[in-house]
Amino acid sequence: MNAWLEPIMVAIVLMNLILVASGRLSACIRIVAFQGIAVGLLFMVADVYPPTTDRLLFIFASMILKGFVFPWLLFQAIREANVRREVEPFVSYPVSVAICIMTLVISIWLGGRLPMPRPVLSPLVVPVALSTIFCGFFVIVSRPKALTQVLGYLVIENGIYIFGTALLLEQSVLVELAILLDIFVAVFVMGIMIFHISREFDHIDTQRLSELKD
Amino acid sequence: MDLMPFINIVLLLVLAPLLFGVINRVKAFFAGRRGQPLLQLYSDLYKLLRKHAVYSRTTTWVFRLGPVVGLGALLVACSLVPYGGGRALFAFEGDLVLFLYLLGLVRFSMVLAALDTGSSFEGMGASREVHFAVLAEPTLFLALAVLMRLTGQTSLSGIYSRFSVEVWVQAAPVLVLVAGAVLIVFLCENARIPVDDPNTHLELTMIHEVMVLDHGGVDFAFIQYGAALKFWLLGALLVGFVLPLRTGVPWADTGYFLVAMMMLAVVIGVIESVMARLRMLKVPHMLVVGMSLSVLALIFQLR
Repeated sequence: MNAWLEPIMVAIVLMNLILVASGRLSACIRIVAFQGIAVGLLFMVADVYPPTTDRLLFIFASMILKGFVFPWLLFQAIREANVRREVEPFVSYPVSVAICIMTLVISIWLGGRLPMPRPVLSPLVVPVALSTIFCGFFVIVSRPKALTQVLGYLVIENGIYIFGTALLLEQSVLVELAILLDIFVAVFVMGIMIFHISREFDHIDTQRLSELKD
Repeated sequence: MDLMPFINIVLLLVLAPLLFGVINRVKAFFAGRRGQPLLQLYSDLYKLLRKHAVYSRTTTWVFRLGPVVGLGALLVACSLVPYGGGRALFAFEGDLVLFLYLLGLVRFSMVLAALDTGSSFEGMGASREVHFAVLAEPTLFLALAVLMRLTGQTSLSGIYSRFSVEVWVQAAPVLVLVAGAVLIVFLCENARIPVDDPNTHLELTMIHEVMVLDHGGVDFAFIQYGAALKFWLLGALLVGFVLPLRTGVPWADTGYFLVAMMMLAVVIGVIESVMARLRMLKVPHMLVVGMSLSVLALIFQLR
């Protein structure tokens, strides 16, 4: 069971790297979708309790939501808003990758110092969770489009999800459910917002939104 | 006295040019052509070795020394790499540093020879070669450091003798990362397709080929043969841990290793057939990805 834990976590970290290294919006959306599914798989593999029906149901619901519904909504937003397909980051791709790796190193250092209320599943889980959260933040601040900011939120949510897995909290399902709902609303609202912004201003570049004039 | 290392090196010296023939046949197969004969590079080498080298008046002894130093360093490097799980001819602690620096010496002599011609094309090629090497060399160092750490050995022979299927079962994610990094370095160092097109005829887009434009005759034969040796050496590093089947019988191990090298050549041929060459600006990105793969592997291995 735990033999699968490490490959999945390495895959999640790799997806973080690919996300900051890829230049196409559609590729980014797909990567985040895959990450959502991978995180769900991690949860399933890490489950030390006998899987109950509602837990499994919850995992599948989150996987379907993050793996299929969110990407579909975001693709819809791209098509409706007629966004240019490139990410156009402030920070170049190689530097982004380097920063992403730095966050992993920092997370490993941090993960070693963080006092845990109970023994964690694997020493790797907390660093992976933290670095995923940091990567999400980095995507939010370093990419100018409203759409990539939604992606950043989704990645942060994946990180929180992994963190919940690390602690194997029973309540984490509840917390997770609340976050998922928040994110769902956010994606929904963002989709509408992006559409409206682009209709009013012909672009979804957040940097240029401060130049509002009538 | 164990004869196996000698036999392995003789096999390497004889069979190295064959791999390029295999790659060309695979590419021809994908393009629907019949392609060159498998032994084309042998004929080329034979033809070149019968010719005299021609030297321009702007060149100096540096230009004449380049191919000789390059081939010499590669031949020394051949004695350090284990083939098929056995011991190399020479093995001592930290020999992988010597190996990598010998490859560095090959590049250095080629770059100096290219700059010595005073041709702006060759200077451009030299600049690109060095630029990409700056990114490729640390990647290979880090990848080998991961393998060192994984097996607890400090010589190439030691590292590769420890590899088996069990090591893969135990540390699969790390090894996949290392394999990806080494494959990217392999493609870059041998000037294969996503980085450089060995068949291109346009000097402006060349990297490796443009550096050797002014070499002719025996010198060019040395360079071509050296490229084949380098392909085999780096291929042995890759195949040695990606396909670690050890029978314990030296002959069977060598035979298996030769089959694995042919498979590598076929894989490279397939990669060259299905991929387009990257834009020159994107090549450093690919190398950075390779480097980050090996850094990740090191991080996961160290923690």
